[in-house]
Amino acid sequence: MYLIPCPWCGERDQSEFRSGGEAHIARPLEPEHLNDGAWADYLFMRTNPMGLYRERWVHAHGCRRWFNMLRDTVSDRILAVYHMDEAPPEPGDES
Amino acid sequence: MQKYSIFSLARHTLTGHADWTEAWRSPEPKATYDVVIVGGGGHGLATAYYLAKEHGINNVAVLEKSWLGGGNTGRNTTIVRSNYLWDESAHLYEHALKLWEGLSRELNFNVMLSQRGVLNLAHNQHDLREISRRVHANRLNGVDSEVLSTDQVKAFCPLIDCSPGVRYPVLGASLQRRGGVARHDAVAWGYARAADALGVDIIENCAVTGIRRSGGAVEGVETTRGFIKAPKVALAVSAHTSHLAAMADLRLPIESHPLQAIVSEPVKPILHTVVMSNSVHAYVSQSDKGELVIGAGIDGTVSYAQRGGFPIIEDILKAIVHVFPMFSRLRMLRQWAGTVDICPDASPIVGLTPVGGLYVNGGWGTGGFKSTPGSGHVYAHTIARNEPHPLNAPFSLERFSTGALVDEHGAAAVSH
Ligand SMILES: Cc1cc2nc3c(=O)[nH]c(=O)nc-3n(C[C@H](O)[C@H](O)[C@H](O)COP(=O)(O)OP(=O)(O)OC[C@H]3O[C@@H](n4cnc5c(N)ncnc54)[C@H](O)[C@@H]3O)c2cc1C
Ligand SMILES: [Zn+2]
Repeated sequence: MYLIPCPWCGERDQSEFRSGGEAHIARPLEPEHLNDGAWADYLFMRTNPMGLYRERWVHAHGCRRWFNMLRDTVSDRILAVYHMDEAPPEPGDES
Repeated sequence: MQKYSIFSLARHTLTGHADWTEAWRSPEPKATYDVVIVGGGGHGLATAYYLAKEHGINNVAVLEKSWLGGGNTGRNTTIVRSNYLWDESAHLYEHALKLWEGLSRELNFNVMLSQRGVLNLAHNQHDLREISRRVHANRLNGVDSEVLSTDQVKAFCPLIDCSPGVRYPVLGASLQRRGGVARHDAVAWGYARAADALGVDIIENCAVTGIRRSGGAVEGVETTRGFIKAPKVALAVSAHTSHLAAMADLRLPIESHPLQAIVSEPVKPILHTVVMSNSVHAYVSQSDKGELVIGAGIDGTVSYAQRGGFPIIEDILKAIVHVFPMFSRLRMLRQWAGTVDICPDASPIVGLTPVGGLYVNGGWGTGGFKSTPGSGHVYAHTIARNEPHPLNAPFSLERFSTGALVDEHGAAAVSH
């Protein structure tokens, strides 16, 4: 169990949050022009990295707002949280 | 291979059990193999065994980064059953269950299969309908399965709180009598010993760090013990499937999540069957040592930390105490987590990949222990012939492009 720093509410217990999966997966603008493989890639394929992971979270039992997080999936250490429209920080950017 | 029997046991008693030979060798890796299997869990070891036994391919190495069975094979709650809804899954898991039924004899190793029955409880009208639908589908597929009424549940397992006034009353259940549990370590060790006897090299403490390719086909694997050449490389690494596939630039629809289990202090035999409930999300059996073995649901995010969140344990214990009020005063002894490889349709991927000579067996998620013999059997066929066995053909990677998913969320709503 870990504490998650909500950008709006500050540090709260993990149980107040829900993960929304991998971040920065943009919906294709013209899906009708995609072949099945490209559509499958958008719908189903995930990086599932062992290490740095950019993911979406929602403060479901709090302010109910969404944000992004940079986390190490091996240690579960949270390296940064950032707004959904922000570019992902590089590891080392966090302070 | 030194055969295990009552006579060998008696003979070794005379020497104080000091001179048993090791169950498998620990050879140095050779420079070249016909097939390299990555991952020394139950699936990888079973695959090696069937490659040697059924396909005459003995020049095989199983590379394991740590110790055999130290992944999910040694961390699971060992429920074995085949009552899956869809034809594709029912056939695959039933194939596995049939192999389980002869496995101790086949391997000359007691895998302690205990067919004590698996009970799936229904707590509302929807559950009841789902359960009868599943039972009928099972029976059409030749899988034993029956519906029990509340009274029959009460008679079969009196510990379950069947009183009508509770929040989630028991309205009935399905029962697969051939389901049960098996000894997790024994499955890994039994397959390892039998594969070793057929010439397979089992190499522990050897992590694969790269997959060398040329012209769209594999050449071999980079490992912590040097390069090993092989025209066929077969992944059986469960939680690690995505990043091993990434070594060959493949993307997979898998996410790796923590899955926890807990055991109670040991008590006298009280629970003679396996009880599962989708609605309150609980599953429990009693081990031969007397501990209650309780499985949780997955944590909601990707993590390889091999530990899960405490709220999940609270939830699972609430559910267990709801179904079995008398367990409320038991103390819990140990807790641990594995990392499970979840596919979007809760079904595995077993088959070829776009890279020549590279095979994938993963995505078994919360329920791949029960399939170990069947998975190894059809995967060996796939590797030997370079085409899937009819039983794993529906579980190809292409299904995510064609849309022919095998949605088993009903079967896997409870992790098992
Ligand atoms: C808590 C829990 C409860 C479960 N309960 C059940 C249940 O009741 N019934 C059921 O059917 N299933 C259950 N499962 C699921 C089941 O455990 C797995 O699906 C199954 O054991 C997977 O076996 P495997 O051989 O594919 O993987 P594993 O046993 O995980 O083996 C994979 C091996 O690959 C090795 N490896 C990884 N990366 C590398 C590398 N780079 N190089 C070399 N080796 C590598 C790992 O060290 C590991 O030993 C449960 C799982 C958990 C965690
Ligand atoms: Zn908040």
